Amino acid sequence: MTEADEEKVEVVVVGAGLAGLSAAYVLAQAGVDTVVVERGDYPGAKNVTGGRIYMHPLRHYLPDLWDDAPLERHVTRETITMMAEGASTAITLDNDKFREEPYHSYTILRSNFDRWFGDKVAEAGGFVLPKYRADDVLVEDGRVVGIVMGEEDEIRADVVVAADGVLSLIAEKAGLRQAQQPKHFAVSAKEVIELPAKSIEERFNLGPGEGAAQLYFGTLTKGMLGGGFIYTNQDSISLGLVVGIESLMEREPKIEVHEILEDFKARPEIRNLVADGEIVEYSAHAIPEGGINAMPKLYSDGIVVIGEAAGLGLNMLITVRGMEFAVASGVMAAEAILKAREKGDYSADSLAHYEELLKDSFALQDLETFRHVLGFMENPRLFNFYPQAVCDIFTELMWIDEKPKPKISTTVIREGVGKFLNWSTIKDGLGMLRI
Amino acid sequence: MNVETKLGLDVFKIDKDAHIIIDQEICRSCEDKFCLYVCPGKLYSVNRETEEMEVECSGCLECGTCRIACIHGALDWNYARGGFGIQYRFG
Ligand SMILES: Cc1cc2nc3c(=O)[nH]c(=O)nc-3n(C[C@H](O)[C@H](O)[C@H](O)COP(=O)(O)OP(=O)(O)OC[C@H]3O[C@@H](n4cnc5c(N)ncnc54)[C@H](O)[C@@H]3O)c2cc1C
Ligand code: SF4
Ligand code: SF4
Repeated sequence: MTEADEEKVEVVVVGAGLAGLSAAYVLAQAGVDTVVVERGDYPGAKNVTGGRIYMHPLRHYLPDLWDDAPLERHVTRETITMMAEGASTAITLDNDKFREEPYHSYTILRSNFDRWFGDKVAEAGGFVLPKYRADDVLVEDGRVVGIVMGEEDEIRADVVVAADGVLSLIAEKAGLRQAQQPKHFAVSAKEVIELPAKSIEERFNLGPGEGAAQLYFGTLTKGMLGGGFIYTNQDSISLGLVVGIESLMEREPKIEVHEILEDFKARPEIRNLVADGEIVEYSAHAIPEGGINAMPKLYSDGIVVIGEAAGLGLNMLITVRGMEFAVASGVMAAEAILKAREKGDYSADSLAHYEELLKDSFALQDLETFRHVLGFMENPRLFNFYPQAVCDIFTELMWIDEKPKPKISTTVIREGVGKFLNWSTIKDGLGMLRI
Repeated sequence: MNVETKLGLDVFKIDKDAHIIIDQEICRSCEDKFCLYVCPGKLYSVNRETEEMEVECSGCLECGTCRIACIHGALDWNYARGGFGIQYRFG
């Protein structure tokens, strides 16, 4: 064997996130010689999510895998809160369906989860190589034939799977995606706050093991595109804030992300939920917001791009979705690679099957369906005017003082017509029909 | 709690080499200075003596926001070297 042969594997996956590990799991199970390269000390060491993971797509794409997964709480209460200045209006959904097994969604902490998933890949026969950062792709005769790590190391492979997350420097190096534009990304800052399970259950009105998902939008982002979130874990709370990078760059006067997070936490609605909790970690991560309009090329000779590296993510104001796309795209890429392997042909034509599979799945179809969401969310009225108007009307209804009160219908009609019937709001209503 | 204290709660493995290199030439003529306020770790600052832009890589959360926001191309940005940088315990 020559030295080059020794260094060669069938598939090298860059990134041990959900996408990369899903692809590697399917490939390893099928007996494909697979290496996952991960820059962190362990899978999950670099990964941040909100977060909540939807289980039905996961069970569909990787059945039987999740029984012993380190999930936090199954979500039984969904709350959306519109925040105005000094007031907020919340809507909560409790549905018995959320208490039926198999559960619909769970809260999750990625460092635990991805580590567990990495072990599953190893059990299936895949090799996870932590503490290695891929720096470039190896290209010969115009096709990708492996990766370069540092000055000396390289791994040759039939196929490279770029699963390196939202910034995907590997897809960029391979010429599959352009440099990032601020309008296509948001930044999030998040805290994990420890609290005893009992306090969490009392404060959020939950049974043992049950969890809450709470999304906030309105004045908390100070006119900028974005929102806040709270997810209850077993013994901690994930609390964070997301803002569009472009709106942050353009805002006057300037404000910093961590200041917005502190202001959000200082609100009484939030303060009381996390009182006496101990912050144990502060994290930040970018989120793709460009949707289908900002997707890179998904494959080329000897390479496929999956998960957030492929721009597969949706921020729909009330939900951030990415993890089920990561898993699904990983599985589909693995299926396409298995098919290519049968033919012994890893050319772009052969790997194009991956895109076909994606197109037939919820992943690309959902991105297509929600194509106009970003445009809709760029409307500042969504973050200032509407939450304020709703809170004002509600306050008017609830406020009792020594003056005689008008009839409820009068209040609602007067306030409602005054606030909601004008050209801007009608335009917004029409815009909403497109999303 | 201020952001420096928050970063103090995280686990960092500090490399001797910086993983973000700043082209001072470009920064000098940049009026936007986006990097100064988009960074969630508040890691950018202007050195009072040299007036150069500096970034404190040892507290970097590797979020990539500065890379995206610096539309002037002053940053030669990379993740921390394998096995270095932020190591989240919760994520
Ligand atoms: C604050 C926040 C809240 C979110 N909330 C939700 C939510 O509630 N629900 C949901 O479904 N999604 C949510 N998302 C999105 C979701 O987290 C992502 O879509 C998902 O993690 C993407 O998975 P991935 O495997 O593609 O990428 P990642 O999980 O980012 O994995 C990429 C991996 O590649 C590694 N890597 C990168 N470059 C290299 C390199 N050069 N060499 C070696 N390794 C490398 C990284 O270390 C990492 O392990 C949220 C995201 C954020 C930031
Ligand atoms: S890093 Fe970019 S944004 Fe910051 S001062 Fe330099 S050129 Fe301007
Ligand atoms: S990558 Fe993120 S944390 Fe690091 S310097 Fe840039 S903006 Fe700050």
